[in-house]
Amino acid sequence: MAEAAGVPAESLAGCRARAARTVLDQVVLPGEELLLPDQEDGDGPGGAGERPLRLNAAARSRGRVVCGPGLRRCGDRLLVTKCGRLRHKEPGSGSGGGVYWVDSQQKRYVPVKGDHVIGIVTAKSGDIFKVDVGGSEPASLSYLAFEGATKRNRPNVQVGDLIYGQFVVANKDMEPEMVCIDSCGRANGMGVIGQDGLLFKVTLGLIRKLLAPDCEILQEVGKLYPLEIVFGMNGRIWVKAKTIQQTLILANILEACEHMTADQRKQIFSRLAES
Amino acid sequence: MKETPLSNCERRFLLRAIEEKKRLDGRQTYDYRNIKISFGTDYGCCIVELGKTRVLGQVSCELVSPKLNRATEGILFFNLELSQMAAPAFEPGRQSDLLVKLNRLLERCLRNSKCIDTESLCVVAGEKVWQIRVDLHLLNHDGNIIDAASIAAIVALCHFRRPDVSVQGDEVTLYTLEERDPVPLSIHHMPICVSFAFFQQGTYLLVDPSEREERVMDGLLVIAMNKHREICTIQSSGGIMLLKDQVLRCSKIAGVKVVEITELIQKALENDQKVRKEGGKFGFVESMANQRITAFKMEKAPIDTSDVEEKAEEIISEAEPPSEVVSKPVLWTPGTAQIGEGIENSWGHLEDSEKEDEDEGGSDEAIILDGMKMDTGVEVSNIGSQDAPIVLSDSEEEEMIILEPDKNPKKIRTQTISATQVKAPSKKPVKKRKKKRAAN
Repeated sequence: MAEAAGVPAESLAGCRARAARTVLDQVVLPGEELLLPDQEDGDGPGGAGERPLRLNAAARSRGRVVCGPGLRRCGDRLLVTKCGRLRHKEPGSGSGGGVYWVDSQQKRYVPVKGDHVIGIVTAKSGDIFKVDVGGSEPASLSYLAFEGATKRNRPNVQVGDLIYGQFVVANKDMEPEMVCIDSCGRANGMGVIGQDGLLFKVTLGLIRKLLAPDCEILQEVGKLYPLEIVFGMNGRIWVKAKTIQQTLILANILEACEHMTADQRKQIFSRLAES
Repeated sequence: MKETPLSNCERRFLLRAIEEKKRLDGRQTYDYRNIKISFGTDYGCCIVELGKTRVLGQVSCELVSPKLNRATEGILFFNLELSQMAAPAFEPGRQSDLLVKLNRLLERCLRNSKCIDTESLCVVAGEKVWQIRVDLHLLNHDGNIIDAASIAAIVALCHFRRPDVSVQGDEVTLYTLEERDPVPLSIHHMPICVSFAFFQQGTYLLVDPSEREERVMDGLLVIAMNKHREICTIQSSGGIMLLKDQVLRCSKIAGVKVVEITELIQKALENDQKVRKEGGKFGFVESMANQRITAFKMEKAPIDTSDVEEKAEEIISEAEPPSEVVSKPVLWTPGTAQIGEGIENSWGHLEDSEKEDEDEGGSDEAIILDGMKMDTGVEVSNIGSQDAPIVLSDSEEEEMIILEPDKNPKKIRTQTISATQVKAPSKKPVKKRKKKRAAN
């Protein structure tokens, strides 16, 4: 890729670590080491060579830098574990040093705690439902984890139903567990998804793009016609519109959005809207 | 890995859509997906893509002793393998039922139909004959493996060249590729399998089912035919009862489809031969376009919306122009928003505030619905009618040849859509998707 051309060949082998600051929004490859802003000083002719003149000592305080997906701590540096673009988010109110992460693309989902996903109920056994979420193991969902459910009042869930819930336990050592209520005990939109509509699968990157704040695609889609959409972070989207035709159009548009530039998308939407 | 289960709502949606004659990718009932054939550098190696289903075929030959009871005939050996990369459900040793079924069907289609002249494979009667081995690997499973596999097998066989052999008295000379050009196999005809999927106890029928459609189908009818309208093999699975006229109708459709596919194959073979003769570049690498995200290719046919037309007219004539409405998503929590009507909450009481919100939202949407409907009626027909302008895949494509069976011409719409969008001529430009340069 063009951006990577600027990278000296040795640093790809990990011999020379680069400053994270200099590679923001560029492609990084697994195995690269990145230096946090604080560590640039005295680190050889790499991304630094600069010794920023610190006029006030307060600028030195780094705070806590959060290491997001695709990065791992390695000593006092960051080690890249996935290929993609390096991103950084400034800290909101001055606490900590912000978040670094790698924007990568994949289709296979790995359960993460706190993620909201769409699952398909595969089995009912005793007190729990087994829900397929696209990971390596089916997640377990207790029947009490629904709003207003008690031992007497069981939720109306059948095998094959769609469930929108979030993970409370998701690590590599245990089978994931999900619930359909939040910490206050309210459903907040989670639970069984309605009977009609279409479920389809897209890549994880597209879901994140669609769920970003101020996503244009969603706003434009909302202007077309009334619809309901549920996005699962495991790459599943459930969509429902008035007629089957509209639902199919929606599904195709959302799948195609992945490969369209903003201009092409605007073109298509304008054509749809004007007719 | 276990196969992803099919949810109830998907099944319901698919069956309802099929009842309304709609398919997920916008095809018609009798339409095939795009077939793309590309050849490798070796003779006898090809990849066939039927939509997203990909099959790799490779033919090889060897001199062996013939079978005792068939001393003057060559030996044919067919093998189809379901690679683990084709679907998560395919594991070594796990998919035996499907595998056995496909292999048997393929054998019946190719061996029993005597499409290859086995007598011509004999070198020295009783001692040396050619053993031709066809290996097929399924690279990606998106439905209808058998069709793609049969096309790949016959294409690979037609493309294959075996070393030349000459017999003088007792002396048999096997020429290497450098000494003499290899000779093609002698193939009488090209049997192609065509699959028909049946739904709702045989009421609805689809040709070339995709993976989703295969999951909900009741039964499958496979007819292997050649272009001379000779049926080579026919198999019905799934235990559905088929009427006589249904089977006859399917065979007629199969006849039409096979002719188209055979033309495609001939063209592909000719193109490849031409390129090789002229010394151009050929092989799989050449058939992949540069600067393309090949990992995320999308095949999409334009959605046909012919039935919405009448409705649209009515609505247009009756409705008044809608006011400008911008629907705002209602944000419930981070990550959960609602656009449009909400579904009934089945969990009991909502808090009063929430309920009011929903009602308002619902009524708003109800009012603008009629207006919107008018829009959608015309708009969806717009998508279907014009193919060239709406490109749901890459648009920076150069001139390229598309090898696909001619679709049934769609109805030409005569109305509200602008006159510039005529369908029939623009049908071909629509499908400008695949680059088939080198292999052809």
